[in-house]
This record gives sequence, structure tokens and C-alpha cells, in this order.
Amino acid sequence: MTLLKEKNYGTPKVTSDNTVTGYIDGIEISVPEGTSIMRAASMVGIDIPSLCASDNLDAFGSCRLCIVDFEGRKGFGYPSSCTSPLNNGMKVITKNNHLESLRKDLLEMYISDHPLDCNTCSSDGDCDLQNQADNHDLLKNNHLLPSKYTFDDSCNHLGADVDSSNPYFNFDTEKCIVCSRCVRACNEVQGTFALSLESRGFESKIKPGISENFFDSECVSCGACVQACPTGSLIEKSVVEKGMPNETVLTTCAYCGVGCSFKAEVKNNDVVRMVPYKDGKANKGHSCIKGRFAWGYAKHQDRIMKPMIRDKITDDWKEVEWEEAIQFTAKRFKDVQSQYGINSIGGITSARTTNEEAYIVQKLIRTAFGNNNVDTCARVCHSPTGYGLKQTFGASAGTQHFESVQSADVIVVIGANPTVGHPVFASQMKKRIRQGAKLIVIDPRKTDIVESPHIKADFHLPILPGSNVPLINAFSHVAVVENLIDHDYIKNRCEEAAFNDWVEFIKDNSNSPEAAEKPTGVKADIIRKAARLYALGDKSAIYYGLGVTEHSQGSTMVMGMANLAMATGNVGFIGAGVNPLRGQNNVQGSCDMGSFPHELPGYRPIEDDIARSVFEKKWNVEIQKEPGLRSVNMFDAAVGGKFKGIYVQGEDFVQSEPNTQHIEAAFQAMECVVIQDLFLTETANFAHVFFPATSFLEKDGTFTNAERRINRVRPVMKPLTGKHEWEITQELAKAMGYEMNFKSSEEILEEIAELTPTFTGVSFKKLDELGSVQWPCNESAPLGTPIMHVDEFVRGKGQFMITDYVPTTEVANRKFPLLLTTGRNLVQYNVGTQTRRTHNNLWANEDVLEIHPADASARGIDSNSLVLLRSRKGETTLKAIVTEKIPAGVVYTTFHNPETGANVVTTENSDWATNCPEYKVTAVEIEPANHRSKWQEKRKIDRNQLEQIINT
Amino acid sequence: MTEAIKIFIPNETSANSVGANLLHQIINKINNDESIKIIRNGSWGAFWLEPFIEIEKDGVRQGVSYRNIDLSHLNTIEEFFLDFESRNPFDINDIDFIKKQNRIVFSRIGNEDPLNIEYYKNTNGYQSLSTAFEIGPQKTINLIKESGLTGRGGAAFPTGIKMQTVFDQDSSLKYLACNADEGDGGTFSDRLIMESDPFALIEGMTIAAYAVGASKGYIYLRSEYPLAKDYLLKAINIASDNHYLGNNIQGSDFNFEIELRIGAGSYVCGEETAMMESIEGRRGLVRSKPPIPAITGLFKKPTLINNVVTLATIPPLLLKDQSNFSKIGSNKSVGTMPFQLSGNIKNGGLIETKFDITLNEIVEDFGSGTQSGEPIHAIQIGGPLGIYLSSTMLNTSLTIESLQELKGSVGHGGIIVFDNSVNMAEQAKFAMEFCVKESCGKCTPCRIGSVRGVEIIERLQKHKTSKEDAILLHDLCETLESTSLCAMGGMTPNPIRSIIKFFPNELIEK
Repeated sequence: MTLLKEKNYGTPKVTSDNTVTGYIDGIEISVPEGTSIMRAASMVGIDIPSLCASDNLDAFGSCRLCIVDFEGRKGFGYPSSCTSPLNNGMKVITKNNHLESLRKDLLEMYISDHPLDCNTCSSDGDCDLQNQADNHDLLKNNHLLPSKYTFDDSCNHLGADVDSSNPYFNFDTEKCIVCSRCVRACNEVQGTFALSLESRGFESKIKPGISENFFDSECVSCGACVQACPTGSLIEKSVVEKGMPNETVLTTCAYCGVGCSFKAEVKNNDVVRMVPYKDGKANKGHSCIKGRFAWGYAKHQDRIMKPMIRDKITDDWKEVEWEEAIQFTAKRFKDVQSQYGINSIGGITSARTTNEEAYIVQKLIRTAFGNNNVDTCARVCHSPTGYGLKQTFGASAGTQHFESVQSADVIVVIGANPTVGHPVFASQMKKRIRQGAKLIVIDPRKTDIVESPHIKADFHLPILPGSNVPLINAFSHVAVVENLIDHDYIKNRCEEAAFNDWVEFIKDNSNSPEAAEKPTGVKADIIRKAARLYALGDKSAIYYGLGVTEHSQGSTMVMGMANLAMATGNVGFIGAGVNPLRGQNNVQGSCDMGSFPHELPGYRPIEDDIARSVFEKKWNVEIQKEPGLRSVNMFDAAVGGKFKGIYVQGEDFVQSEPNTQHIEAAFQAMECVVIQDLFLTETANFAHVFFPATSFLEKDGTFTNAERRINRVRPVMKPLTGKHEWEITQELAKAMGYEMNFKSSEEILEEIAELTPTFTGVSFKKLDELGSVQWPCNESAPLGTPIMHVDEFVRGKGQFMITDYVPTTEVANRKFPLLLTTGRNLVQYNVGTQTRRTHNNLWANEDVLEIHPADASARGIDSNSLVLLRSRKGETTLKAIVTEKIPAGVVYTTFHNPETGANVVTTENSDWATNCPEYKVTAVEIEPANHRSKWQEKRKIDRNQLEQIINT
Repeated sequence: MTEAIKIFIPNETSANSVGANLLHQIINKINNDESIKIIRNGSWGAFWLEPFIEIEKDGVRQGVSYRNIDLSHLNTIEEFFLDFESRNPFDINDIDFIKKQNRIVFSRIGNEDPLNIEYYKNTNGYQSLSTAFEIGPQKTINLIKESGLTGRGGAAFPTGIKMQTVFDQDSSLKYLACNADEGDGGTFSDRLIMESDPFALIEGMTIAAYAVGASKGYIYLRSEYPLAKDYLLKAINIASDNHYLGNNIQGSDFNFEIELRIGAGSYVCGEETAMMESIEGRRGLVRSKPPIPAITGLFKKPTLINNVVTLATIPPLLLKDQSNFSKIGSNKSVGTMPFQLSGNIKNGGLIETKFDITLNEIVEDFGSGTQSGEPIHAIQIGGPLGIYLSSTMLNTSLTIESLQELKGSVGHGGIIVFDNSVNMAEQAKFAMEFCVKESCGKCTPCRIGSVRGVEIIERLQKHKTSKEDAILLHDLCETLESTSLCAMGGMTPNPIRSIIKFFPNELIEK
């Protein structure tokens, strides 16, 4: 059993139009001009010794171990091969007696200020200094030999403090060799610039701040420094506790839509640490605090391991065996159907489970349930993306790969907070911005991306919640009226008639920046300048999130952005595009798997007879022709008494849906609520059946990230619950009378590939070969499709859509004069089901309300005080922070904690086309409070009682 | 009508350190006569005379050294004049120390108020700028190439070639950075230019910037030179007011402005790449080369980096009768070098002469031997990383080539004299201690090796005959020289090896 260690080429890859040819120890090699000697040597299998070089960081030249000689060298000093480019005709010598004796001497210097016993070091076996010492005869019996440069009273750093403030890793100064890899990783890879060195010379000390420790500093705990550290100085606490892992399982993170590839490093079927995988095409060896460190929830004591059932939701839970639970469920569903009709039950596929697990739930519903009442959480986040991009481009998925941002000249971020929601992608974006790309941020809040070390947005438009459409129309207006549009592109690639109609519409003064001033609160002049910047960019890219979609005109806004991109010729090539930042690890996948009431896998409409017959034939059933209920409709129908049963795979509606009281009423009205999850969620309070689910560490399947990239999820351990989630669904289908006999998740993927044209080339085998693949992947694109709409749009010609501004009915009024918008923080993930069960709580364990000083002082509210947040729907209390990050008139909070239950105040308003809830605009009032609201008090009592029951 | 009487009291750091300001205070106080002008001039660079007060009367100018003389008892200016006359005043241009020098670059220091731009212009100031504008950038660079001028900061790189490289870069934005970090102990040539002839530096920078196409210049000045900062800021303002800096200099379409940046006590920030890091607001760490600053320098733009004296040499070089400079010397050692003599010496100060002069001439003819009167034991040349020569090597020529043969370097021209009370083992230890204190810490040999070097030498001081420690020191020096990132670590072995070679048994006993 061995750990997978990726090759380190020493310095980053270089691209150049020119090639140079040189010789390394006599071996000829040709490389792009600018490639370092170290990298060239590595490419021919010669690994020049080094401690401070890493191929994800610019060359630094600190350790001096990598010195080389070359023919014609002048002077006394040898150059470092990491900082020296290979020149044409250069004849390099990497090893000779003199160089070796110098390297040995340098190592003796390092060792003279380093602990000697490798046996007692947690990094034993994973330490570059240990390896180099070994290579140079300075290691014996796993002890470093005492250095010739050590005397009785020698100065050293032995016995120095250990900073263990961060819950996930330690920083031990004693073992630091001041190679600065951590500082460089924080700067160049992560872009947070949290680390530096204090003092100079021998006194040099790595510091996370002037006087702070790691936890209190600006460090965001991404783990890049820990990964970069060549010794045991920065090391995961889990390695210290559990010992060095000895086996690697390549898998994919289960948090957000970046879908980072990880090496799960394992010992005795237990994860010791998660290390980002360098060859991961989405993350390229980087990670964030969640994927890197917050995986402990998989073995948290709250995890439910056995199925539970109860007759009424007021009864106590009863643990039973799988057989009994499944039979109970099947019978109840059948009873409900016979009483209330075939359409009275439905299900939800999870955006957190694998493609295979989502597919099989959707199949269960269409076969064993016999209806189309299936939906997924994309309903409440990116369904407008689905609608809007389908209308305009013909395909409802992101157009680019993440790599594309490295070629963008102008980057627009609308309604997204990438440094917290997609941190690894944000780091990639920041890298490009530091190189000189321009940045426009459209967000009521001054998010991190607006201004942070070495990053300053060229324009920040703090528009008021609900004013997206006039803003984007104004951008397009400027582009058209000032003739900044790409006529050739439009002529060749877009439908003429629709375009002409659109031009007539957009150039009207009602769509001008002047007209947009009032609804947005941003000056026309600024809107104009920002619009010009986007339109004139060679390659302009739009990245957007839920600040676009979660509005009553979410779909309109998506189409508005698509219009703008088409008009300026910015779709179909690298560096451009319209990019939805999909949130969940597999929301793209669950959408692809047909988890929609109106669509079959591969986005084929249910009414399409041909498509339907393909499935009917394979599944041997008749599939209903009419679209089923959306989740939102299911809840309405439940309240109305018509919808009575639901199978919920991995989603906590009661916490994440808007208008909590309505949702609770809906669940309460149902007679068969089945929850399949890891923990007892808020929704589980209303459940009759609880099927324990598996974490990603137990799953075997695929996730599809925001790039349409299908990645493998490989199991580290067998399901702790005894059953894979797809096995549960399969047995339920069988118990309900439909035969399903998959023997593995691989077989499920085979069926998916068989039935879905965009997936025909996808298989476990191909993914093992290629690592990952972006769909469409079939005969015409056997290696996948990084960028879509390259020669033509999926629908043929792009279609401009008219995007009239219809203001939301949710407006600030005398009773509720402030507008609430919601978002996320870095350390908690969505409703916090997983992250609240990890040490991430140490950074943020409660939702906090941000309020502008003007609004706060008018209400007598101080920072860090308790406030009451009220809307026409409900109220809650939470802590307030006074800040100028938001404009006056706007308040903001997160929704990670059920104790706050932010959604008790959000409303039933939703997108006209897709019913995506308008989370981002709620009229509210804020007042000082001195006690929790009634429902919060009650919840606390109920929760305590419940926990007592579970833990006895 | 008789001309006004002028009293010259130097305002210069060395002179002030021995009471020039106090004297000025006293004399200024007792002077009630408006027709008597008191002028704060620069220093002549003959430090043993400071504070050197001169009086110009009826066209005759003479001076007296007022070192250790208390004038607080004086009540009237006439009393001062009497005191002055009683001390045998003389014309400083008549003394050997000044007469035997070849003051081309330092021709103005001491003469006048350094901020008197009229004086500057009347002594060929800003003529060379006109010449440069006339002949254009490339021809200006050609003249400098032909002159044979090499950098006076310490590395002696051919100035014209460096300028050509910057000129050849295709960039709309280029910078000029003047390295005024003069960190070597016992050196003051940069300081004397900045305090006593600042317009020479400004004109030199303007011509160099014009030649290479730079629109912005930085002077990186060490924090330990507050008086130089004062003079430079004032001189920059005066130059700007007179259209010698800013937009459309002297009616041309050349724009150039100079910004002063102050260091914070780091010797290594005198290394050009660390200096750039510091100017950019970062920690003063050394950068690897390639890329060289001429191609990728400040803020990633092509940058011409030159020392103060190098830049101040450009105006005299371009004067129509500039043949003076290039006719002196040969190979790399062309023109004059401003040697700076200090330490245990009677007559210390600035000595501008040809390179091809012996150490003996400097130390005995100019310096008049040790201050203590005891025999010379050692002389360190070229700064803290320079070699020590013994008393048997006084006929060594001070050309760049000659010192290179001894594994030494002229460097910035510092010459420090020690008498026989010096402990050479302590000096060897000092070389390592200096490296410990000033190391930027980036590379291993310098960061750790220097600390170990101090420890090894301390052991040798206890046991001179220790063979193991001698070998360790040898190995350490080898590693420092062969693997260091920059000359800080790379040259630290030089003084130590010179002590082992030229002062046998004083550090290591065989």
C-alpha cells in the first residue's frame, strides 16, 4: 500500500511561441522558451535536489540545493536551476563532486537548526528534508546525523512555540526551514496574502500577522500552506493524532460546485487527511477549508446509522432493520396512492448525492410511483439558468471550463460571492485579475472580491436588491446605442428577426442608464462606464450566482445577460461566456439526470414522444405524458390536501425553503414523509421514515461540477449504514412492485450512458483513464467538451429575448422599510448540515445580520447586539453587526443556522418561469431585541428533548 | 565699493558632527552687520579640517579649521574676525590634500551653498543636459559607452552597456532608480554629492533618464542620511521651479520627475534587486537574476539602476571638453575614483584621483599616516566585504584589475586604516557578524552559515590551532562563496580569507 505522490517539476509550466534546445547531463531536451533548467531536467527524469521549489509556485531561489553548473559559466557562484531558464545550446551539469559536497554542506546547515529525531516527528515519511538528508548520507536509523556545524552553544530555534490555534493544523517554528513556500502558496495560489516573514536573517520567522496567531489572522484555512510545507512545520492535526496515512483513494469533494479532486489519504479505512489532487482539472491541486478539513461530519456522533420509522410524527422514533423500514414505506406509499390517487406522491433527488443515486430516484418515481412528480434543489437556485440559457443558447449549463478565466480580459461578477461560495475558483479568478484583467462587481454588498490584497474592482455597482434587470438592460442599451456590438458575430450566429426586435426594445430610453438610476441606486455615469468596459473587452466573461436567479425576474435576468453576451460577441470561445456558478457538488448532475417534472435525463421534454419511448422501452413501463409537480407545487398541493407523500433524498426543505411556516404546514399535512439523510434535519421533524444515507466517503459513483465536468467519487470505506443509497431506492422500488436489479453503481451509469446522448461516452473506465470529462461526451466529442457553443449555439442560432423590467411586488414600505438579501459565509455550507458538525463552527457558529450605520443609529442598534428581524411572513432574532459593506436601506444575513431560521421571514414570491424563490428580496424591519422570538425558544426546548432521546 | 564679506560655515554631516552647527549658531548670533553674509556651504571633503570656516573678503578666500575650538566667549563679529586672522588662514586649494586630487566629479563640493542653482549653472551646470537634448538619446549613450565609465557603486559594470539595454527595451514605461543606500562603513562619496552638490546628481539623473526613455526616477536614500534628504528635497523643488524637472524640461518634450524613497536600516537594500523590492513596498529580499532589472525591474518595467557617483559623473563626462575623464586610466579603471579614507588616519576624507595610485600614496601622502602615530597594521578596501591588506602590501595599485588579482575589489572606494592595536581575529568575526546582522535571510548559506561562521571564529579565538575549526571555516567559506544568492553571502569569505592569507597566525595558527 502506497501513498500517491504527484511529480513535482519544480517550477510552473511555461507557454511560449519559441522553443529552446539544451542538454542536461548530456541528454538533449527541447522546451518552451523560459522553462527553467530544473523543470527541463525533471522532464527527462533528472530530479535536481531542492527544498524550496514547487511547480505550483514561482521560482524563489532560497534553499540553493538546486545549484547546477554549465559550460562557459563565469564567476564563483553557481546559479540555482529553478530560477535559471534553459538557454539555447546550454550544456548543464546537475551533479558532480563539487556540487554534491556543496549540497551536503547546505543540508548540514539546515540540520544544525533542526530537531534530529525523525522517528518522533509526525511528518516522518513525508518530509523533503528527511529525503534530501537520506540522499546525501546524512540520515542514519531514521535520525538526522548531528551537523558538523552544531556546537555546544550554537544558536538555534529548537524548543520554539507551536501555534495550535487553528483547529485543523499546527505550525511548529522549530521545524521551519524558512523556504517561504507557505507564504508563496498563500500569495500565488490562494491569493489571500495572510502570511509573511517577520524580521530578517536568522531571526526570520513565518508569521500569519503582526501579532496574531493563525486562527485570529486573515488566514482562511485553505490548507495550501500546509500542503506546500516540505517539513513537519505546518502539519494537519489529524496526521499528528492518527499517524501518517499509507493509502490513497482519489475522489471528489462533496461541498460546492467547483468539485475539487482530492486524494483521500487513508489508514485502516479511516481518512487521515484530504489532500487536493494536482491533476484535478477543476482545482489543480488547491482546496478550501471545507473540502480540505471539514469532512469530520461523516463520523460525527449525530450520524444516524439505522433506519427509523414511526406512525405519527408526534411519536418517538423506532429503530428497525432495513427490511422492515422498506416494507413499511412501500406499503404506506401504496396506501396513499390508492386513497388519494397516483399523483398524490412524489420525490426529490438530491444535488448532494451521486449521478447514479439521483438517476435511480428519478427512475423510481417514473416507474414505481408511476408519475412525474420529481424535482431537485436546482428549483430554488439555478432553475432560471436552466430556463434562460435554454431559451437563448439552447443548453442550460455553464458554457466554459474554469481554466477559461485565465484568458479573460474583463471579468464581471454578478450576484455571486466567489471567495466564499467557490473559493478555489475565486483564487483562480484573482490570479487572473492580479495579472491585469479588469473586474466589474455587481452586488449590493461589498464582497471580498471587490477589494482585497492586490485586487481592486474597476467598478463596484452596489445595486439595490431587485434591480438586476434594469441594470443589465442598461448595459445592453449602452452597447447598442454607442455601437459597441459585434455585428459580424450577430449576423453569423444569431437569429436576425429576434435580434432586430430586441434592438428596438433595448434602445428605448426606458432601458437607459438614466432610467436605471432610480431602481438600482447607482449613478448613470458609472453604469455607462462599466458597460463600456465590458463591451470593449476583447474577451469578456460573466460569472453569476444566486443573486441573479433567486428573484421574481431571475429567468429574465439570465436572458438579459445572455443577450448582452451575444450582442458583444462574447460566447463560444475561451476567456468569454456566461458562467453560472453552480452551487452544489452535484446540482448540475441531478439536473442532467432528469430530476425535473417536465424533463427526462438529458433535458429531453417529457412530452417528446420519441424521447419518452426510449425510456419506456428500456424501463418497460408507460411514463406519464404530462409534466408532474414542481417541489413548490408539491408543497402547495400538500397544504391543499391533494399531495400526501414524499420521498426526500438529501434536502432539508424546512430550513432551506422560503416561507418556513408554509413549508411546515405542507409537511405536516402529508401522511408519508420519507427522509433519506445523514442527520436528523429540520425536515426530519416531520418525517415518518428516516433512511440513513451515506457520506461521500462511502459513495461509489460520479459528481458533475459547474463545468459539466464528471468526476469520480470513490469509496474510502463501506457504507457505515450497511447500505448504499441507491440500494435503498432499488429495494423500495422492488417493494412497490417494480423490478430493479442493478448490481453496482457502475451499472447504473451504463444505463444512463445508454439512454442519454450527451453521456454516451461516459463510463467508470473512461473516467479512470481521463480523470474526468466534461459532457457532452459521445462519438462526436470522445474526450468531452470544454467549451460549448463554439461554432454555433446548441439550438443553432442564438436567440435574443425581450427582457421587460417588471419590478417585484416585494417593495420596501412604511411597515417594512428595509430590504433583506441573503448569502453565505466561507466556513458554513448552505444549511450547515455538514459544516455545523465540524470545527468550522469555531469561526462562525451563528448567522449574523449586517446593517448600515445610518439604519442602525436610526434604530438605536449597536454592533454585536441582538435584533429582531421581521417581515410580513414571520420573525426571528439574531446578532447584528454594523458595517458599511452594504448600502443604507439594505440588510443582509446568512442562512446557515436553524436556530436563526432566516427563511421564516422570506416570502412566497418566485421567478415567473421556474418558481425559483425570491430569497434575495424581502421587505423587513429591524428592531433591538432583548430575548429570542417565541418559535426560537420553542425550538430550543424541542431540540433538547429530541437530543436526549437520540442519545440515550 | 568693497564687496560684501562672506563667511562660509559648512552644513554637512561630518562637519556638523564636530560642531559646525553650533559654530554657525554662535557666529550668526553675534553678527549684526547686514553686509556680512553667512553662507552654509558644503564640505570640501577634508574631514580632518572640519569644521572648516572660510572668509571671503576683497576677492580673497581663506579658511581655518575650528576643530575643538570654543567660540562661545565671543561677543562681536569683529572679535571673530580677529580670532580667525590669528589662526593663520589659508586657501584650501593650496594644500596638498586638495591640490594633488583630480576633482572632476567633486569639483564643486565646499565652494558654495549647495542649493545655489546660479552657481551650479555658472560652473558648467546643465550644459550637458543641453548637449544631450541636442544629440539625442542614442548618441548620448554612445558617448557614455565610449568614455569607459563603469559603475561606481561597487560592481563596476560598464554604464553605457546597461543604458543601451534599457534603451533597447520596448516599453512605454521605464524607470530610473538611483541607489543612494551607501551602506559600506567608512564611505561617504554618495553623501557628499547629495549634501554638497545635489544638482550634479539631479542633472545626471535627468540626462540618464532622457537617454534611456525613463519618465520617472526614484532616489533610494538610506534613512541614516537625514541631511542628504533635506538637501535633495529642496534641490528637487528648486530644479522643478526652474523647469529642470517636471513636464517639458527646458521647453523640450521630455518629462521627468524624481521621487525620494527612504530606506529603513537594511544594508542589503543596497543590493539592486532588494532595493527594488523595498521601493515597491515589500520586504527587502534579494531577487534572483535573470531577469536583470534593465529588462524587468521596478514594477516589472525596464529600469536603469545606477549609483549616485556614477550618475553625477555623467554631466562632467558630456561636457564638450570631457576628454579629461576618459584619458585617465585604462581597461575598467578609467577616469577618476573618489576614494574615501577613514579609520585610524590623520587626514581622512574624500580623495578623487586616478585608479592607478598606490595604497601608500593614499595613506601616507594624502592621509599622513595613522592618527595614533602607531604603525599601520591593516587596511580594508572596498567596504565590509572587502579584503584586508597588510603593511607589506602598501605598494599595491588601487586599480580594479590589481585588486581583483588579490581576490579583492575596489568596491565603492572605502579605505579604512587600522594600526597595530587591531585584533584581526575580531575583524574576521566582524565580517561574519555583519553578515548575520544584515542578511536578508532568503538563502540558506547566508542566513544560517553566517551564524555558524561567528561561532566557528569564536572557537578559533579560543583555540587558534584547532585544525577541525580551520577546516570548518574553509568549508563554510567555500559554501558561502559558491552557493549564495547574492554578494552579501558570496563575498563575506573575502575579508576572512584575506586575513588568513595576509595575516598568518593571527586567526588560524598552523
